Amino acid sequence: MREPIERLEGLLRKEALQIIRDPSALAIAFLLPAMLLVIFGYGVTLDPHRVPLAVVVEQPDAVAQSFVAQLGGTPYFTPVHFNTIQAADRAFDAREVSGIVWLRANFTRQLASEGAAPIGVIVNGVDANTARLIQGYLQQVWATWLAARSRERGLPQGLPVAVEPRVRFNSAVSSRDYLVPGLIAIVMTLTGALLTALVIAREWERGTLEALMVTRATIREILLAKLLPYFVLGMGGMVATLVLAVTLFGVPFRGSLLVLTGASALFLLAALGMGLLISSVARNQFVAGQIAIIVTFLPAFILSGFVFDIGSMPWAIRLLTHIVAARYFVAILQSLFLAGDVWSVILPNALALGIMALVFLGAARLGARKRLD
Amino acid sequence: MPAESELPPALRLEGVSHAFTSRGRTAAALDGITARAERGAVTGVIGPDGAGKTTLMRLAAGLLQLRSGRIEVLGIDVARNPDDARSRIGYMPQRFGLYEDLTVRENLDLYAKVQNVPRAGREARDGELLHMTGLAPFLSRLAGRLSGGMKQKLGLACTLVRVPEVLLLDEPTVGVDPVSRRELWEIVDHLVRTERMAVVLSTSYLDEAERCRSVLLLHEGRLVGATDPASFAAQVSGRSFHVSAAGTGKRQLQERLARTPGVVDATIQGAFVRVVTESGGQLSAAELSPQATPLTIVPVPPRFEDSFVALLKSSSPATASPGQAIARGETPEENGSRGTPSPPETTGSAGNEPVIFADRLTRRFGSFIAVDAVSFAVRRGEIFGLLGANGAGKSTTFRMLCGLLPPSDGTLRVAGYDLRRAAASARGRIGYMAQKFSLYGDLSVLENLRFFASAYRLLEPHRGARIAWALEEFGLGPHADAVSRELPLGFKQRLALACALMHEPEILFLDEPTSGVDPLARREFWRRINALAESGVTVLVTTHFMEEAEYCDRLAVLAQGKVLAAGDPESLKARARTAERPQPTMEDAFIALLEAASRPRAA
Repeated sequence: MREPIERLEGLLRKEALQIIRDPSALAIAFLLPAMLLVIFGYGVTLDPHRVPLAVVVEQPDAVAQSFVAQLGGTPYFTPVHFNTIQAADRAFDAREVSGIVWLRANFTRQLASEGAAPIGVIVNGVDANTARLIQGYLQQVWATWLAARSRERGLPQGLPVAVEPRVRFNSAVSSRDYLVPGLIAIVMTLTGALLTALVIAREWERGTLEALMVTRATIREILLAKLLPYFVLGMGGMVATLVLAVTLFGVPFRGSLLVLTGASALFLLAALGMGLLISSVARNQFVAGQIAIIVTFLPAFILSGFVFDIGSMPWAIRLLTHIVAARYFVAILQSLFLAGDVWSVILPNALALGIMALVFLGAARLGARKRLD
Repeated sequence: MPAESELPPALRLEGVSHAFTSRGRTAAALDGITARAERGAVTGVIGPDGAGKTTLMRLAAGLLQLRSGRIEVLGIDVARNPDDARSRIGYMPQRFGLYEDLTVRENLDLYAKVQNVPRAGREARDGELLHMTGLAPFLSRLAGRLSGGMKQKLGLACTLVRVPEVLLLDEPTVGVDPVSRRELWEIVDHLVRTERMAVVLSTSYLDEAERCRSVLLLHEGRLVGATDPASFAAQVSGRSFHVSAAGTGKRQLQERLARTPGVVDATIQGAFVRVVTESGGQLSAAELSPQATPLTIVPVPPRFEDSFVALLKSSSPATASPGQAIARGETPEENGSRGTPSPPETTGSAGNEPVIFADRLTRRFGSFIAVDAVSFAVRRGEIFGLLGANGAGKSTTFRMLCGLLPPSDGTLRVAGYDLRRAAASARGRIGYMAQKFSLYGDLSVLENLRFFASAYRLLEPHRGARIAWALEEFGLGPHADAVSRELPLGFKQRLALACALMHEPEILFLDEPTSGVDPLARREFWRRINALAESGVTVLVTTHFMEEAEYCDRLAVLAQGKVLAAGDPESLKARARTAERPQPTMEDAFIALLEAASRPRAA
């Protein structure tokens, strides 16, 4: 038992020295996830924010002005005034505005007589996502204004059933609060796979693995000596991204740190295992990097449910999402950040992560040979 | 205890074949090899690149799966018990297997730990290894900062931390300077002598064969000879001569001798032409020299290479003698369709002006001086060599000469152009053949030629004529549609030269042109280069290869970015002449220069 430990110790010491002397591994573990998180965290948002909106008021009276003021008072829109619908159209075509709100000359009269809604809304269907967002938020502004107006005048509200939305878990309905935890999973998938795949590819490139193979070190020891140090580094990177999420993006954290640590460890093992598996095919760093991005980052981005809802995917693709480790981690993270320790979410997903970690690490172990072919 | 002869040999191969498959094509790397390497001796695995040396070494180390045949190390079946076999093997791969961001000590510690070297005795062993390799003063230096020769020795020390019974060294001497090469051989000899270690060493340098107890000669995956080097060389004893002729240039003489019936081999060796005759063939001045030029013929002891070439020649059909079309007079000057104006500086200078002129040429990378005030001048039609080990500054000098890298300091003129100002104009007059095969591997031979013709902006009908010339002159016609990647090494090299000559350059740059190719292809290549030089093309060649240096008219010996000496091969060799070494080789000369250069620093 002493001999294998001595060999492993030698390999671990070597790995540690390399990490200290060649900062590329540290950059992958800390810099890369932090950068990606910041870029995506600020870039990817599903909330409209100061969207330029053309406003055409054909007969500017007090009622119309009050609605326009309501529109401008929200953080979602920046009204741009036009006198005619034609002028607004031109601005719309030139993409200077993302939508048009059109209050016709009979706006106030119709509102008084029928008590409801004669405003025209034109949105650009090419960007369907933004269009739907603008539409939804406009409706919300409209409903709020109507309700306020009814209250003011002591009238019964215009709608027979008043819908009062109550959003649970993310009460501010800030998309960032639920996107950032998901992003952590995506970013750490790439980081974990790159860490192991690149460092082993580097050993292939430099011919050092070939020399190690003709020593007493077993293939299990060689793999373990890669897994352990990069697990530690990866956990460090995980802490860095979590701290960023809470401090920089102000995402609330409602679960327990213990559960978070456990789930992160399971997930990281799966990601590192994927990296080990990649390294058994890719023998130079460039190819290893390419494969890692294609097989880990892209599927995680699209198929993890972090932004695209898995429930609305066709069944075949939905099936495919089950082999994306990030999917389970996204679910756990979103629950931990927004809701707390919801065991009915955490346990099955943690189990799935554990299975994936075992499968990837097992496959990497079986696929590795002390041979070059 | 049984006598050594009754024990199983260090390495035994029986009917070993190996093939690599890529993209559905199968290429045989080894073909039915049956051979053995004895205990307590050095066995050389010798052959050109692509002969199957590395495949053989990796199979012996259990790094490739054996598909047919049987390999035993000390009687252990490698395919069945790879771990058992490996535990008794020390193996140094081509790139030495060092961790460059670890220090010398840390590398040694790592290998000691993974090899479970017992702590007791570790210190003594380390001390011995460090003494043997001369690495003691560099213990805390990063391996990446060591010179090529020191890396090689550290790589060797790492494989020796646990004393192996069989030591496999895969091309350990490639690209290292001759001093380190000699030191490595001294270490190997020492190991064999004191520890009774069996060493199996692969190399493409034929002169190293003479240092082995026995050699396995590989050629295109087949074993063409398994013998002891002395008796192998003796097969041509009495058939090797140095020939020289007063009043005849060595290249003309060589060309004539090479075409003489009964001559197996004619190569330039300094001022002489070394000739090997057919068995029973006597070399007579009258026979060789119908024009009655007075020839001096001196018998010389046979070399290993003489015998190897004779063997290869007898087994392969005679090749059409190259270089004739060039020699016939298709010289750049006489070809009227060329039409490029002469550079202004050279007009009227009657060719006395050097074609390549470097004065105190310097290149710095940060604080590192790669090329340090290098000066030389090359005349028209001259073959000039830059001789040095890896890292001596050859490639950096070369890149500056090609206009690919601006000099930090000094003057550099090529074909009359100042490279600082008119690099592009100068490049049009330069042909460049890179060390690595730098053509498009996916294109066919013809497509590569067409591409280079258009890249040099050759116009029809001249363009078609040049392509036809290339196919004819280099014997590439039958391979015109072959995918370049799959050509044999010798043909790749021919194609690369053809592409470099497409625009009839007046200057040809060759970067280690024949490193690793088999001796026949090397001879053929140099006959072409000689013919080009005879027709007025100026040739500049970088090499770490002593044999290529012999082909040069003059050469500059580089070490650590500086020119140690310059002159013709004979005068360089003459400097190393001592009482005990009346006939120094180029390598002796190089070593003497390196030692003289390092002495003041050591003192």
